[in-house]
Amino acid sequence: MSSDYEYSDNEYYDEDEDAMLEDDASASEMEIDTYADDFKLKKEKQKSYDTVHEPLTQAQVEKFMASDVEHITGIFGVEHNVAALLLRYFNWNKERLIEKYMDNASSILIKAGLEQPEKQPDTRSTRHVQSGSTRRSTRQSTLDSTKSGISRILERVTPPVEDSGSFVCPICFDDTQTETTALSCNHKFCKSCWSAYITSKVRTEAEHWITCMAEDCSLVAPDDFIRTALVDDKATWERFGELLVRHFVSCNPSLKFCPYPSCTNAVSCPAASSKSVLTTIVPIVGCGTDTHKFCFGCPIDADHRPVICAVAKMWMQKCQDDSETANWIKSNTKECSKCQSTIEKNGGCNHMTCKKCKYEFCWVCMGPWSEHGTAWYSCNRYDEKASVDARDAQSKSRASLERYLHYYNRWANHEQSAKLSIELYAKTEKKMEEMQITSELTWIEVQFMKKAVDEVFKCRMTLKWTYAMAYYLESGNMKELFEDNQRYLENAVEELSELIESPFEPESIAALRQKVTDKTVYVQNRNEIMLDDTAKGFQEGRWRWNITVKGFDDVDDE
Amino acid sequence: MAVSTRRLQKELTEITTAGTPCGITLLKADDFQTWFLTLEVLGESLYQGEVFALMFRFDSQYPISSPAVQFVNDETYQPPIHPHVYSNGHICASILGSEWSPVLSVIAVCITLQSMLASCKDKTRPPDNDRYVAHAPDNPKKTRFVYHDDEV
Ligand SMILES: [Zn+2]
Ligand SMILES: [Zn+2]
Ligand SMILES: [Zn+2]
Ligand SMILES: [Zn+2]
Ligand SMILES: [Zn+2]
Ligand SMILES: [Zn+2]
Repeated sequence: MSSDYEYSDNEYYDEDEDAMLEDDASASEMEIDTYADDFKLKKEKQKSYDTVHEPLTQAQVEKFMASDVEHITGIFGVEHNVAALLLRYFNWNKERLIEKYMDNASSILIKAGLEQPEKQPDTRSTRHVQSGSTRRSTRQSTLDSTKSGISRILERVTPPVEDSGSFVCPICFDDTQTETTALSCNHKFCKSCWSAYITSKVRTEAEHWITCMAEDCSLVAPDDFIRTALVDDKATWERFGELLVRHFVSCNPSLKFCPYPSCTNAVSCPAASSKSVLTTIVPIVGCGTDTHKFCFGCPIDADHRPVICAVAKMWMQKCQDDSETANWIKSNTKECSKCQSTIEKNGGCNHMTCKKCKYEFCWVCMGPWSEHGTAWYSCNRYDEKASVDARDAQSKSRASLERYLHYYNRWANHEQSAKLSIELYAKTEKKMEEMQITSELTWIEVQFMKKAVDEVFKCRMTLKWTYAMAYYLESGNMKELFEDNQRYLENAVEELSELIESPFEPESIAALRQKVTDKTVYVQNRNEIMLDDTAKGFQEGRWRWNITVKGFDDVDDE
Repeated sequence: MAVSTRRLQKELTEITTAGTPCGITLLKADDFQTWFLTLEVLGESLYQGEVFALMFRFDSQYPISSPAVQFVNDETYQPPIHPHVYSNGHICASILGSEWSPVLSVIAVCITLQSMLASCKDKTRPPDNDRYVAHAPDNPKKTRFVYHDDEV
């Protein structure tokens, strides 16, 4: 979303009575006013809930790798191929590599698959056990004999490699394959077997550490060898390059690969390189493409602000464990609580009207809508008191399920509504076209609709995660403040959502535009408050949990 | 001709002309997709008198890709009771997975497994047998085994 829209030319919400819907908004309006000045200042600075990061393309990461290789090449006086394998063996830890290599270079070269270990004398002597009559009947059952047993029997299966021109590849036995190649161990195989083997390792095993095909040979194919083997297969060579980059990124705690399928960008985020900071920040980053947002601190490939990784993870786990119980809620149909006819939700707005009996109600709690619009009916806050009365185990477990369902219901609803926003985008686009036709407004001037949909989508994502957070927040003043912010945001979002979806009259487009624009700015501010206050709470250590959360003080079993 | 066909043809010729090692016999090799061999542990062992059958399944990438190998589990043959052999016949052995090398062969696999049984000191099922068998895929190659130890 463009930032110039955030503070549009409108003197937002305090000017126009219409901008605020009903009297219910007045409480929050006051609050916003006192915040307003702060906001203008904050816009220039880094936001409290953002984490500094830098997107990197694959080529940029390759440059980092090349400079490390260059560095090692210079110090050790080895060629690039060798330096690259040494670095890969040491997981790109240059300091450790330098230390160990200075200490004992030849042992490191063996470990990194660059040189063969000294031949064991006894392997040599058992090599030429003949095939035929006396074969194998006296085999010992020790483990040692397993290995040598294989090499002995292979001697039988494998034709002896002759020095003459009549080479037969011991893998394919195709005597038309005359071109052979080998690593420095001189285990010769035909070129097409090498290519097939490397392709299979890269493609099906995503392996970049490719050892010699001979049994028990631990030499590793260097980059140039692989490039030659894949000379006719550019795609696999590129995939190999990507695997090297992925390995480099995974070795570096301040780098992370974009988790979106087939995206090859990475992100540098030194601020989130240690796990311990994840109790105070939620490092949401982008890889440089518009839509790829993900968390640097955990595997969630979406923006899970404001809740921290550990709590988000617990919630996801809980939802998965309880999915069967909760499955029915996810369904997109419900019954009208008045006339019991089936109602299908097809927009993002929670204000439902039964087609049959005209009963207006809230999709989330199924309560009458009238109570939502005018009074601060707690649709977001679970009534803990009601469950305190639960005496016996059965009603306790029911109460705990009900408590979970309260949060899950709202979580799932925001997710569902956000999913429906794709439809909403299509509908909105149509509406925008109509508006142009029926009014004086230009295409640019009807963009306010799309911006409103964008904002609703963004805020529903925030709201969704606030329910995961609220589920684990310890009851008390802090939680109540959190839920106040949540409720203000939720109401604002529902109002805006309803406004976007309501039919418009050509003659009132100007007024609608004003209303929607004002409401969008208001929603944006409520979202800002929600994210900002929660982020600050983490930085100040203000949040307390009703369960043990990794990394927080009140842990007794750690 | 696919590489796997040529290679298996070669292995089959070796087996029929030079014979198989003691305790290993070829049961059935009608095509180049599925072979069956029997396996016995000779000499003193916990499996004295028991005969097992192995099923090998090859894809067109053999021997670049490893064969899918498992013990047969039917009316005639049952898998051995062994800490690395699941009751459905699947085998947890690194040589069939990460340690596979294209120079290995059907007979080489048989010998390794024979050796694995011969050295067994404790006739038990893997500790995770029930859990594994309940969810195991048909093809053991689809399982990413965490090899129980490097010893076998
Ligand atoms: Zn070959
Ligand atoms: Zn080699
Ligand atoms: Zn991306
Ligand atoms: Zn996270
Ligand atoms: Zn109704
Ligand atoms: Zn409600």
